[in-house]
Amino acid sequence: MQISLDLSKTLRSGERTFQLEARFASAGQRVVVYGPSGAGKSLVMKALAGLVTPDRGRIELAGRCLYDGEAGIEVPARERNVAYLFQDYALFPHLNVRQNIGFGLRRGWRNPRAGVDEEAIRHWLRAFELEHVAQQFPHQLSGGQRQRVALARALAPQPSALLLDEPFAALDPDLRGRMRAELDALQRRLAIPMLIITHDAEDVRVFGEHALRMEAGRIVEERQA
Amino acid sequence: MNLLDPAWVALRLSLKVACWATLIDLLLGVALGYLLARKRFPGRELLDALLTLPMVMPPTVLGYYLLVVIGRNGVVGAWLQQHFGVNLIFTWQAAVIAAAVVAFPLVLKGARAAFESVDTQLEQAAQVLGLSPLGVFLRVTLPLAWRGVLGGALLAFARSMGEFGATLMVAGSIPGKTQTLSIAVYEAVQAGQDDHANLLVIITSVVCIAVLVAANKLTPNRNPLV
Repeated sequence: MQISLDLSKTLRSGERTFQLEARFASAGQRVVVYGPSGAGKSLVMKALAGLVTPDRGRIELAGRCLYDGEAGIEVPARERNVAYLFQDYALFPHLNVRQNIGFGLRRGWRNPRAGVDEEAIRHWLRAFELEHVAQQFPHQLSGGQRQRVALARALAPQPSALLLDEPFAALDPDLRGRMRAELDALQRRLAIPMLIITHDAEDVRVFGEHALRMEAGRIVEERQA
Repeated sequence: MNLLDPAWVALRLSLKVACWATLIDLLLGVALGYLLARKRFPGRELLDALLTLPMVMPPTVLGYYLLVVIGRNGVVGAWLQQHFGVNLIFTWQAAVIAAAVVAFPLVLKGARAAFESVDTQLEQAAQVLGLSPLGVFLRVTLPLAWRGVLGGALLAFARSMGEFGATLMVAGSIPGKTQTLSIAVYEAVQAGQDDHANLLVIITSVVCIAVLVAANKLTPNRNPLV
């Protein structure tokens, strides 16, 4: 992934302050940022997606400048064209699997109908073996199915990069290994640049082509496979 | 049947007033409830307290405030009179304004709580998927909050149906024009027309119970539709 990032942000909550000073660049296809919780990994991810505005710095992704504090550039989240997989998936509870997957394909003011049937949606239902649950709602799905729906929803609008926030933390250990292998294969097939944040050493081993360790708001160690 | 006629007129007027008041409250309540739930600005809780005030103030005090604002010599009233030749006092529109003010906190509280219960992560997910702020609101926030919003609106409707004090002060009690059900009950009792009062009371009770049952059915802990 062609990514270069230089972020500063100070968060205050009562007496406590948290200082984020993250700086790294990578040309790898599989980048992992790992470290203990509270290190600022999620903040980096949210800033990349445009959900958090840094105090200053610069973000460049796939040759495109997404944020530049000095030049006053800030591309809104909706125009960044990145896929974001939330830790607990954030599937829309009022929409069925079909509608969730098709959500980003239509950008108007109305949700897709319950029976929406577009080639792109059929493709992702097939790719993730979700055809038999297409009409079901998120609360009716198993953990693994939920993650597949979230991935399909994120990938359907053909994003230029995939950002994953602790992708396997919500799964039980047994399923975790299977879904990890699935994501591994998927990334190789699609050749989509991917950035994962995690505190799980196994994720680093499988996906850490370029691994960065983060602690207390800073990148403290880098390792290229 | 001649006993029923005035009651029918009063019921229709009450329904008309309550419908308009609820509609106005719904539009303002959704906008302000969303603002209070999602935006941080100085004086946010003060604004919430001010908008909730009608719930705890005596209706007569509200009526007095309304006279100060929309009365013939009131700030807005004088301006309306001068530029449009419109007078609101002792019209059914004044009854709508009184009912809307009194019932507003019910819509606001319901809407704010409903919007606050929507997980902001879902809104962020919609944003990253390419939706504009209005798209996010219409496709994610509102569909997940509408039960709470509607529940508040139904309570406001019932409260509007029962509004008495403020209405009497700004709209008076003109039969067929501004005499709503609750005011008609008062007049009937004062005049010793017990049969008429009985009928009016039963009609009012039935309508209010029906509305409350509907409001209860909409409690937000069920799975939202659409």
